[in-house]
Amino acid sequence: MLEALFGLFSGKTGIFLGVIFALLSFASVAVHVILRHKSSKELKDRVNSWWIIVLAFVMGAMLNTTVAMFFFGLISYLALKEYFSLIPTRLTDRRIIFYAYIAIVFQYYFAAIEWYGMFIIWIPVFLFLFLPFRQVLIGDTQGFLENTSRVQWGLMMFVFGLSHLAYMITLTPVKESGAGGVEFVLYLIVLTQLNDVLQYLWGKSIGKRKIIPKVSPNKTVEGFVGAFATISLLAIAFSSLTPFTWYEALFAGMLISGAGFVGDVVISMVKRDIGVKDSGNLLPGHGGILDRIDSLTYTAPLFFHYLNYLYY
Amino acid sequence: MFKKIFFLLFVRPFVLLVCGVYVRNKEYLPLQGPCIIVANHNSHLDTLVLLSLFPLKIVNKVRPVAAVDYFMQNPWMRWFSQNCIGIIPLDRKPDKKNGHPLQKVYDALHNNEIVIIFPEGSRGEAEELQPFKNGISHLAKEFPHVPVVPVALHGAGKSLPKGEALFVPFVIDVLFGAPVFYDAEKKGDFSAYLQEQIKIQIQRALR
Repeated sequence: MLEALFGLFSGKTGIFLGVIFALLSFASVAVHVILRHKSSKELKDRVNSWWIIVLAFVMGAMLNTTVAMFFFGLISYLALKEYFSLIPTRLTDRRIIFYAYIAIVFQYYFAAIEWYGMFIIWIPVFLFLFLPFRQVLIGDTQGFLENTSRVQWGLMMFVFGLSHLAYMITLTPVKESGAGGVEFVLYLIVLTQLNDVLQYLWGKSIGKRKIIPKVSPNKTVEGFVGAFATISLLAIAFSSLTPFTWYEALFAGMLISGAGFVGDVVISMVKRDIGVKDSGNLLPGHGGILDRIDSLTYTAPLFFHYLNYLYY
Repeated sequence: MFKKIFFLLFVRPFVLLVCGVYVRNKEYLPLQGPCIIVANHNSHLDTLVLLSLFPLKIVNKVRPVAAVDYFMQNPWMRWFSQNCIGIIPLDRKPDKKNGHPLQKVYDALHNNEIVIIFPEGSRGEAEELQPFKNGISHLAKEFPHVPVVPVALHGAGKSLPKGEALFVPFVIDVLFGAPVFYDAEKKGDFSAYLQEQIKIQIQRALR
């Protein structure tokens, strides 16, 4: 494990992680020292939670592929559980919700053994056909369509979508560049999360016009455009982690920023629909785990298929 | 001793990681006895969730009141209930000869312990509040200086409802209310008052 840690912090990924830790340290100093009277408790909590998220991610996902499968599987489990706890359910739905949890194990197993065909149809085909059948056996017809759809939607977002991270990490290095799964996942996750932070910072500093007031009142046009431009540039700046040419990196940045925004507001739609502000309190200052991985539910599958189209 | 090990190795990892709890107003969690915790009851998980919220140091001092006819029905259950959970047995059909039915609860409170009571008397239908029994009024009347903390639980009844063996994980909401005293609420029936408090809190836990 020490060897893996040493390998991670030397070379390209090392510089990259160094930048992340420097940014986090700067944020901590900013909210706890320079602006300690002005910054709210929520902002302080949020920066503290970022430390835990980054450390958990490095230890969980970056060191060993097998550990990464369990790590991403756990994230899927926590997200799915948070989602199932928010949505209205009938007691009879307990059975198919149970199968939805079990499906996580198989989905990540298929990722781990790199059985692509099964990985890509397990939830959209097999679970999709099986869950209604199980509902028929229970026979509670009232609310069948709503409830089965809700469960399938959660599976698609939080298991199928997120598990693309796990499959991505198994990708073999692309010829000359030497960049492979670990670098791709790092590149994607850092840009996706920075996109969230940058939308917030741009919005706070120059944001005026609301972009979709009905769904997410704090999001502004300026925040979105600022983050979109910054992420596009950062995607090119960080492209040494990838085999991308500059224009491929530019498109990757635009894809991540745009899709990240959509993922974020789609989860906001869910929360508005149910009538909650935060999805939980697992991550103080952020809310629940859904509030943190919302953008990834969109960026992970899209970025994966972009890579897959270009190189595999 | 068994109780601490049982909670450290099994209950806390299970409740906090596999289920997950969303606790609000944790500042009202009593860390010192004597104190009475009153909660609604939907599942066996309720007791385990409440006990997991206490620091391991004092978990031995927290005693759930539980029915003799269910939890002491055979020697295995009896050993487990007494040593791993630390219940205060309560006879649901008391016999006058055995003294006051709440005597063991009185003893625990005199002993500065934290007592957990589910005044619905049984788990009932999942996520439905049943009328509170009157025992809690008698108890609070006997101990007017002991704080009564109302706690609303939600979600455990979905995870493990009565009569179901299949456990399905859901996040369990726990919402603590401010402590109340018997004297302060003289007017009206105290158990009805608590029931109303918990009903309001459940609504709030549902957001």
